[in-house]
Amino acid sequence: MTKEKIVLIGNGMAGVRSIEELLKINSDRFDITIFGEEPYPNYNRIQLSKVLQGDTEIADITLNDWNWYAENNIHIYAGEKVSRIDTEKKMIYTDKERVVVYDKLIIATGSVPFIIPVPGHEKKGVTAFRDIKDCEKMINASKQYKKASVIGGGLLGLEAARGLLNLGMEVNVIHLADFLMERQLDETAGKMLRKELEKQGMNFLMNKQTAEIVGGERVEGIRFNDGEEIETDLVVMAAGIRPNTSLAKESGIAVNRGILVNDYMETNIPDVYAVGECAEHREVVYGLVAPLYEQGKAMAAHICGTVAAGYEGSVLSTQLKVSGVDVFSVGEIVEDEETKTIKMFDDWKGTYKKVLIRDGKMAGAVLFGDTGEGNKLLRLINKKADVEDYMGAAEETDGGGSLVASMDDSELICGCNGVSKGDIVCAIKENGLTTVDEVKGCTGASRSCGGCKPLVVDLLAHTLGDSFDTSTQKEAICGCTALSRDEVVEAIREKGLNHTKEVMNVLGWETDGGCSKCRPALNYYLGMINPTEYEDEKASKFVNERMHGNIQKDGTYSVVPRMYGGVTSADDLRKIADVADKYSVPLIKVTGGQRIDLFGVKKEDLPGMWADLDMPSGYAYGKTLRTVKTCVGESFCRFGTQDSMSMGIEMEKKFERIGTPHKVKMAVSACPRNCAESGIKDIGVVGVDGGWEIYVGGNGGTHLRAADLFCKVKTNEEVMEMTGAFMQYYREDAVYLERTAAWVERVGLDHIKQVLSDKATRDALNARIDEALSATKEPWKEVIESEKIRKELYETELVSTTK
Amino acid sequence: MEKTLEKVRIASIHELPERMGKTVRIGDLELAVFKLGNGQVRAIENRCPHKGGVLAEGIVSGEHVFCPMHDWKICTADGKVQAPDTGCVSTYKAVIEDDDIYLFI
Repeated sequence: MTKEKIVLIGNGMAGVRSIEELLKINSDRFDITIFGEEPYPNYNRIQLSKVLQGDTEIADITLNDWNWYAENNIHIYAGEKVSRIDTEKKMIYTDKERVVVYDKLIIATGSVPFIIPVPGHEKKGVTAFRDIKDCEKMINASKQYKKASVIGGGLLGLEAARGLLNLGMEVNVIHLADFLMERQLDETAGKMLRKELEKQGMNFLMNKQTAEIVGGERVEGIRFNDGEEIETDLVVMAAGIRPNTSLAKESGIAVNRGILVNDYMETNIPDVYAVGECAEHREVVYGLVAPLYEQGKAMAAHICGTVAAGYEGSVLSTQLKVSGVDVFSVGEIVEDEETKTIKMFDDWKGTYKKVLIRDGKMAGAVLFGDTGEGNKLLRLINKKADVEDYMGAAEETDGGGSLVASMDDSELICGCNGVSKGDIVCAIKENGLTTVDEVKGCTGASRSCGGCKPLVVDLLAHTLGDSFDTSTQKEAICGCTALSRDEVVEAIREKGLNHTKEVMNVLGWETDGGCSKCRPALNYYLGMINPTEYEDEKASKFVNERMHGNIQKDGTYSVVPRMYGGVTSADDLRKIADVADKYSVPLIKVTGGQRIDLFGVKKEDLPGMWADLDMPSGYAYGKTLRTVKTCVGESFCRFGTQDSMSMGIEMEKKFERIGTPHKVKMAVSACPRNCAESGIKDIGVVGVDGGWEIYVGGNGGTHLRAADLFCKVKTNEEVMEMTGAFMQYYREDAVYLERTAAWVERVGLDHIKQVLSDKATRDALNARIDEALSATKEPWKEVIESEKIRKELYETELVSTTK
Repeated sequence: MEKTLEKVRIASIHELPERMGKTVRIGDLELAVFKLGNGQVRAIENRCPHKGGVLAEGIVSGEHVFCPMHDWKICTADGKVQAPDTGCVSTYKAVIEDDDIYLFI
């Protein structure tokens, strides 16, 4: 029997999703061909703003990779445009002269961005924000130019603006209305949003209508209809999208704003369907993703002839994907004479909530600042629930658990990937899943924006009941074993294991040779437990620590010599300058840790450069003490109460080279003005009159955290004693790759204080760290002195051929 | 027409550190040559398909190498990038004769 021929025009989220729905019902019945204009497999368009904002990469937002098409025997023509449909002969024609016959045709051509047809809109440097190409255009522009303007203060415009800020551009957002996102927010929320985004660095030009894009070949500015002009090097048009209906229209398919479809997504022409943003259903065109999944299901059921309820329309909800801003909106948002509202506004915390009620039923909501209730509101509003249900639910203390319990199986948990509660529960039961990662791998839920992760956790808890253990959620040290860090460390101690291979064999690793997560971790634990006997395994170290330099994106390294306490000398500076000349170092940069970084050094040149420098390694690459930053202190400063430089140098000399679970940064300031930034270091020391304060667990990186006051001591010796004890306890107790900030938060400051309050414990810890320190060697010197290491790790084999 | 491969000597097997990579340059080609834990030798293009990372410096586990840049996992036998990432690097046949490693280029 010949298979039914399905042709899909549009290789985007809606179209491919409906194909997936078809395959779910019957994977053998169809011969499927897909045409897409973009030269990429189906990707998650909603995540483009995250690519622009630098949070993720294009490869990460691919939903169906090329293999998927191959595995499902789908003919895919990416980068090929369908130019004509002959609905009588049931054939399509492409711009590459291809003709394909269909039994059923699905149009999923999506939307086209609306380019405001003002004079100058075709200039170079004017772009939309719709696809990967646009994204790349903006990223490229940011490398050459400074000033960007986004026309349109809606969802898309603001996400683009945030991305451009991240790319280092100055950003003006031009908006026609007098508050932002006026389609999804009310005036209060819109204005709060503006304030928040202004804090992030966006500049807003409100109530402005663009009259002309000015410039030569490339855009140079924008003129508004009030005569005002601004300069700009890049214009992003984000003034809305229009359903892409031209092909349908030219082919005689009925089109209003979108392609007209019934509840089964059929157009007025037999065997021609339309789904997604190009379709108009019951006078509504949807520009968001969630409805597409329901449409795809309804259509697939119809094509396969299974009886199913048709598509009945969706309630729209929106969440802005800009980091640091929580905005949520669903359903109706504008009050009229027949609506009542529940409003809460907290100017101090910057939160706002409005719930709109029509005829006693939940009709819409806007949340700003705290969107925790979003999922609950979405569900109630979708069901048009009585307002009493909401008031009742609001009183429940534990919203999460009860929320997933009361959801219907068909309700969506993951809006990005269209995964319902039923899908997840079924996967958990059938495949015995126990963690969020497993659910993600199996169903795709939480794979894209991750917003539904809390719901997935609740679902796991709800489905597994008592057997669900939150503590097991992240326990195993990697995918090679089910054992936790504590179990592995205990086994190493008990069984006296002394080699990574031995650990993996004895403890039954599931992989051959471990992975890039467990091998460095095991190497650390073995060295921590047995510092004098364990032989550090180079093959189990991450490149930087194996090579003793920081690898850069082009494979060259950076070299940071030790500069104790950030104090240097004319001789050392001269040596560094000479070395930089000799090896033609392309970039010399002063680091945040008060040292000098020489960039762009070839692997082969490292040993020679180190020999010429004749300075110790600054370990700027290691999971060890990096630097001790110091202020100038009492020797010169008129405020300094202590000799911070000497204190810092003493600490750096003592603890350099000690292996730790993650990098450790220290600082010593001579007074509470804290010029050395002791408040955001792993260990920060602050001089006060008559002594020192020691702060721990601070972090100035990804997760900014102010350090906690750990103790106050009188003498330098006490600083060394407390620091040594804290470091060793961290070495022995923390999980590999856990910074002190996370560790202090996990085990609690009080617990650490209590353990270290005992003098005998402190002495024992200090004795152990001294033992570990005694086994360390200056790594650069070791390389210089060992021909074997140099040959094995640093030299490139040059081989000649006859070709 | 078949291309003829040239057999070139790279190094002695004893010069290669176990479970680590070695950068080998042959004309314009840059390869990463690995001596695996089981003693076998593998040669692949020294360029991760993701962002061009130098694979010779990656962590070698079994017959896979993890790119040091963004941790892509690549099979040294067939050059295939492991899921969830996708892609492929070129592989080159390696043989050991009398303790010398030869590649077919």
